[in-house]
Amino acid sequence: MVDISTSIGGIRLGNPTILASGFMGVTGASMAYAARSGAGAVTMKSLGLEPRKVHPCPVVLSFDKGLINAVGLSGSGIEESMAEIEFAKKHAGVPVIASIFAGTKKEFGMTAKEVSKAKPDLIEVNISCPNVHSEFGRPFGTDPKTAAEVTREVKKNTKVPVIVKLTPNVVDIKEIAVAVAKAGADVINAINTLGPGMIINITAKKPVLFNKRGGLSGPAVRPIAVRCIYDIYEATKGKIPLIGTGGVTYGNDAVEMFMAGASAVGIGSAIHYRDIGVFRKVSLEITNFMKANRYSSIKEMVGVAHEN
Amino acid sequence: MKIEQPIVLEIKKVIKESSDTNTFLFDYPLRARPGQFVSVWLPGVDEKPFSVSYQDEKRFGISCFGVGPFSKKLNSLRAGEKVGIRGPYGKGFTSKRGHVALVGGGCGAAPLAFLANSLRKMGSKVDFIIGAKDIDHVLFVQRLKKAGVHVHIATDDGSCGKKGFATDILKNLLKSKKEIKMVYTCGPEIMMKKIIDLCDMNKKNCEISMERYMKCGFGICGQCCVDNVGLRVCKEGPVFEKNLVKRFFEFNKYKRDASGKKIILNPGC
Repeated sequence: MVDISTSIGGIRLGNPTILASGFMGVTGASMAYAARSGAGAVTMKSLGLEPRKVHPCPVVLSFDKGLINAVGLSGSGIEESMAEIEFAKKHAGVPVIASIFAGTKKEFGMTAKEVSKAKPDLIEVNISCPNVHSEFGRPFGTDPKTAAEVTREVKKNTKVPVIVKLTPNVVDIKEIAVAVAKAGADVINAINTLGPGMIINITAKKPVLFNKRGGLSGPAVRPIAVRCIYDIYEATKGKIPLIGTGGVTYGNDAVEMFMAGASAVGIGSAIHYRDIGVFRKVSLEITNFMKANRYSSIKEMVGVAHEN
Repeated sequence: MKIEQPIVLEIKKVIKESSDTNTFLFDYPLRARPGQFVSVWLPGVDEKPFSVSYQDEKRFGISCFGVGPFSKKLNSLRAGEKVGIRGPYGKGFTSKRGHVALVGGGCGAAPLAFLANSLRKMGSKVDFIIGAKDIDHVLFVQRLKKAGVHVHIATDDGSCGKKGFATDILKNLLKSKKEIKMVYTCGPEIMMKKIIDLCDMNKKNCEISMERYMKCGFGICGQCCVDNVGLRVCKEGPVFEKNLVKRFFEFNKYKRDASGKKIILNPGC
């Protein structure tokens, strides 16, 4: 028998595919739709205390091998967002992850405390959005000390298990991972978007995104995401569960992430390539791989690429 | 072929449809299906979705109703100026042979005008009901008549056609022409809700084109998902079958703005 269930931060997932933050998850209904389409858990778009308007469009576009986006952490503020989480909790039937962002360490704590009232299964701390630099300065996730402080502040303010989502845009992701693990993170998710990058429309002679720069995701970034997971697994000695996010599109990509050290995978851009049914498809492909290669659980595959 | 990155196209012709609505024609074989939309990019300004309102082998057109800063800016452009286009996106109407009725409210007539042309080419018999606030906002009449469409008009002030609602005309039409198989509609949701009820009463099929705030246009951002089913207007829509629309809790009640905040439709009703 093949069992594709997995566990992150003490929360059981029926399958290891997680709707990644920033995709679909604007409303409770959209998260429930992703869950109906086979996602093992769903993450809401990052929410903050105050309503924030989106950048003018285009905010996201596809290019040959990926997506480039700069949505700008838009949101309707915490009250409306909490109602959406509660709706998802009631109707998704799978664990619901609330992603949070903030401008200061203290605000991260306040946001975590407030959002916990909506009873999400996990809280994901977004210290890695590359698209709001001018407002928030350097992402908190680029410095191990700051990343650890944010993690501690969030942990202090909630009993809900905490995922810290890391940026690949650092010299050494290992030291950041070790720092947040020591600060009490229950799960690490890597990676947020790579970059920022830029695409210039040569006829219009202008960057095509309104924000000019945007984070890259999709198949183009997958080798980087795999390397980050591999490095983090090694640095944390496999003691903390990892979510591998970045370009996972097919079952084999998920298996690659497991072998690098992930216990679950985030899926976002692949919705563009294989539509919303991608969650079910990837789960089926993982199952087929496991049958063909005599694996009976996800756990058996986690980190095997590290063995000599 | 779907265009993923905007291609910059020159506006070949601007047709003034009314004091605040222009149709822009582009030389490009878009190959959209009626009901599909494109994203129109004004570099450095913004990008918004527009239904394809005209299409032949070589050209396509969009019609812009000047309501906000973007649409007013777009309407100030002239032939020879350029805009970015990507798409076509979304699911279009199902084209039915036989006798059909189209009901367009205000600028909702735009996707239906393209549909009417395409249905006429297939040999369908088309009754097109245009609802508008006054004579200035009645769109596409000459073009539709030329294509052999039977046009009915209702205006709020009676300055053109019948004084009253497009739905009143539809009610009579469904009574007098039992052979009508299908009703297609696009316009204010309060009007489309009445049309769904009329179609239910008369046992007619009906397809509805809905509008919601969109960002990506290709089904990944989740901005246009409708409560409570979560379907994406840009991907599973914008055209939906009436029985599906009846399951949309937010239909004719509210929509969401760019930040995701709910905006009540028909306040006071």
